[in-house]
Parts: sequence; structure tokens; C-alpha cells
Amino acid sequence: MNLKELYQEIILDHGKNPRNLRKTENFNKDAKGHNPLCGDKVHIFLKLNDNKKLEDISFEGQGCAISMASASIMTDLLKGKAEKEVKEIVTDFLEMIKEKDEIKTNLLKDDEKTKLMCLSGVKQYPMRVKCATLSWHTLTSAIDKSQNEINTENSET
Amino acid sequence: MNISNIKKEFPIFDNKVHNNDLVYLDSANSSQKPRVVVDRIYDFYTKEFSNVGRSVHYLAVAATNLYENTRTSVQKFINAKDSNEIVFTKGATEAINLVASTFGQNHLKEGDEVLLTELEHHSNYVPWHYLRKSKGVKIEFAEINEDGEVTLESIEKKITPKTKIIGVTHLSNVTGAILPIKEIVQLAHSKNIPVLVDGCQGAPHLKLDMQDLDCDFYAISCHKMYGPTGLGILYAKKKWLEELPPYQGGGGMIGEVKKEGITYGDLPNKYEAGTMATAQVIAFDESIKFLNKVGMDKIIKHEKELIEYGQEILRKNNSVKLIGNPKTKGSVLSFTIDGIHPHDIATILDEDGVAIRAGHHCCQILHDKLDIAASARASLGVYNTKDDLDKLNSSINKCKKIFELK
Repeated sequence: MNLKELYQEIILDHGKNPRNLRKTENFNKDAKGHNPLCGDKVHIFLKLNDNKKLEDISFEGQGCAISMASASIMTDLLKGKAEKEVKEIVTDFLEMIKEKDEIKTNLLKDDEKTKLMCLSGVKQYPMRVKCATLSWHTLTSAIDKSQNEINTENSET
Repeated sequence: MNISNIKKEFPIFDNKVHNNDLVYLDSANSSQKPRVVVDRIYDFYTKEFSNVGRSVHYLAVAATNLYENTRTSVQKFINAKDSNEIVFTKGATEAINLVASTFGQNHLKEGDEVLLTELEHHSNYVPWHYLRKSKGVKIEFAEINEDGEVTLESIEKKITPKTKIIGVTHLSNVTGAILPIKEIVQLAHSKNIPVLVDGCQGAPHLKLDMQDLDCDFYAISCHKMYGPTGLGILYAKKKWLEELPPYQGGGGMIGEVKKEGITYGDLPNKYEAGTMATAQVIAFDESIKFLNKVGMDKIIKHEKELIEYGQEILRKNNSVKLIGNPKTKGSVLSFTIDGIHPHDIATILDEDGVAIRAGHHCCQILHDKLDIAASARASLGVYNTKDDLDKLNSSINKCKKIFELK
């Protein structure tokens, strides 16, 4: 157990001053996510252009420092990426949070990977993993529109 | 039994949490168990186990007697008129579902109103919601005031000629407000409306007297009363248990079973279908003995001192906001800290061995009303001390430091 690993400077910063906490104008995809056990809520907005590139990504919502920081860092890193790249990064991130030791994708720069790895502290806190993954699952749902609302109690985290 | 020394009666406190002494402030969720209760479960399974109420062999007779002893102990503990008014259930949730379902069957039709309060736990709302879906029953909510209380006047305001039953909590698991049950029952009865009380938080912290309260139904959660999980109690006036239909069908609850028809058993068997939580019932007798040995009066006094002390130190702590300021308050200190989400508070406190709950505590209606997504809650039990509350306060200060709050 190490609180300093969980609440790193960067997490606290993004938690307090989340980037992209707004609603994208003319968004063309969105999805809502909810963790009914703790009340965390997130609404992700995407604007994919004709080339399937993520022109803008933003979110609205409320939650703990971990869930807000995770959404903030995620939106920060994914803006400008192609849909296919987004999917690869999401899969990579979720695998890292679940079981792997590092972020493998070549689609992110080293400093960006370091940012994501800041969220790996939740691994030691199984009850908090859902906080870190909520916005990522919600993003997947927005892209696929497979489900209208992600509910952490019905979906795999 | 000396209350200041009572932690040693609870084996859980022999353990360390993250190398710290356990400061357990989550008793409204579930209380810890005294050694006598744990030992009783072990002894029953190792020396006395049998199913109850069926066989005639030695063990079966002894187990049946023990099981029925607990029923009598509960009857005395809550001063019910008759031991047949005590029904064992799998929890308070099942007790409320039993009432909603059977009362609903016999007495509710489309357009009838069930009156609840904004303080209710989901378990005293969702079972009634089923009737809204199946029968078109309406659900009304008596509102809280700014202190987080539901007053008699607030209940009265929502009673209409269509109100058929009132369901209220005895003690709010979020604001700690103790409701004027006796007055609510008097008012309701003057209009011929029965009252169900959710006593999950009431039973462990208040002195109960069913004949004095005069409520029709009272639901109890045994695991919040230093007893085993998987066990609850429904107190119901005999006239209701006789009149209402059975809840679940199965072995043990029948009179005669023929291909062409079935008769049901007498009370209390009518509501206890299948093999019951035998070991839990028998061990719960030890919980009642424990409460009696310490003395409810002493427990109430002890917890009152603690709750006053807790409010005092948290009020002095900048950025901590207490939820609710009821005139009569029991057992819970819910709070928020501006700038720190309750889940972050709970994780940081846990590192110091301080166990609290964060979330909506199964009271989403109330949290919506208070316009907060979640809150942190420290709740008390007989084993807590002022030192526990000081540790809570210093861990809160640690949260503020991590989040750079003043």
C-alpha cells in the first residue's frame, strides 16, 4: 500500500483542474458512464471528422480524484488520434490496469506513457480500479455505441 | 461489563490494519461481533447441530428449543406482546419485502398511496416500487427539513385519504435523525393507517418497546446489532401476521399438503419457509445477552457522548461539512470535505486503519435532495472511543494535507 503512488502530483493536478471538462460543440458521438456504488458519473463527447480522426474529445461529470484525473489524462492524450489508434490505446490502458506492467503501444510518446502509468497506483486498491477505468469504458461505448450507458456493475472492469 | 474496556470483547480488534490499530467507524453498515457470538456459532456447529422443527431425535429437539429461545429473547428485548409476533428473516431487507408483498396483495390497489420519507434506505423504497410497477400504487415522500429531520408535520402534510401505509426509518443512516415514531404512529392510527418502521439503525442504538411505539411492523437487521449476517427480524402485530398471506412457500410453513389444496401452518411457522439460518438465530441470543449485559441505557449514554464529541471536533475542522443537524441524533456522522471526494477520503483514512464508508449509503433520494453525489460517513458502535474520533480527525487532516487544503 502506498498512498503516494496513488495520489501522485499529476493525479492531484488533473483531479483538481481537469482538462477538457466541457462539452464539445457539434459532437457526433457520446456516451454516459455511471458507477452506482460510489456515484461517479461521466459523460464523454467526441467529434470524429470525415477521416475518422478524433478532432475533439471532452467530458462532463463528477467523481473522485482518480476518476476525474483518469478522464482528464485520457482526453488529453487521445485528442488528434485516429479512431483505430484510440481503440488500441484504450485496450492497452485497460490491460495495463488489469494485469500488465507497462503501456506497450507505440502510438504514445514516452512522457505520455509515463502520464498514463501514474494511474497504475490503483492496482493496489482493487476497489478503486473502477474509478480509473470508468471513463475509458465509456469512451469505448461512445465509439461503438454498443450500450447507451456504461454501468460499472454490469460491465467488466 | 465495563464499556470503556469493551474492545477486548471483540476479537477483530486484535488484528492490525495496514500495521495500525483498527479504528472501526462503519457500524451503521455492519457491526463487529463479540467473541461470545462467534464462539456460539462454532459450538453449535461442532457440538449441537441439527435442523430445527422437523425431526424428533435428541439434537433436533435441543436445536429447536435453542432456536425458539432466541425468539423469546427477542420478544423480551423489544417488549413485544407475543413471541409469535417475531418472524426470523434473512435480513431487514427481506422483512420489508415481506410486508410490502403481502400487505400489497391484500390491501393495495391502483391509485393507493404508500407514504415514505426522503430519508429512507433503498430497502424501504425498492420493495414498494415493485408495487408501483405491478399495481399502479403511488409512492409519496415526506420531505426533510434543513436539519436533515423528518418531522411529524412533514408526515402529516403528505397524508391523504388514499394513504394506505406509512414506511419510516427510526434513525436515519445518513443524517442520524431519530424520528418521532410514537407520534407518527398515533397520527397514522387516528386515520386508520398502519406504520412500518425500518429499525435497522434504531435497534442497535435505541431502547425498543413495541407496545409503547405501537407500530404495526418493525424491521431489524441482526448483523448491525453485534449479531451474525444472514439474519433479520420482522416484528409484526399478531393481527397482521394472521390476516396477511404467507410470503414464501416451502417446507416448514405448511399445515396440510394435498394434491387438491394446501393449508398453512400457524404462527410463526407460516412466515418461516425452508431451513432457516439456524446457527445465526441461536448465536443471536448471545448478541442480545451481550447488549443486556452492557445495558442499553449505558450504550445510549456512551454513544450520545461520542456523537456530541465527534460533532464538536469535526465542526472545528475547517472544510469539513457535517450533513444534518437533527435535534435528536444517533450513531452517525456523515460529512463532506470541499475539494476532496468521499472515496478519496475513505482510501486515505483506510491507510491509517480508520474504516469509514463513502458513497450514497443506499440513500440516493436523500443525496439528490442534498445535491451531493456522495458523502463520507463515520458511524459508531458500542466499542468506539473518543480516541477513535481523534484518530478520525487527524486522518482527515492528513487528507487535507495530501490535497493541499487548509
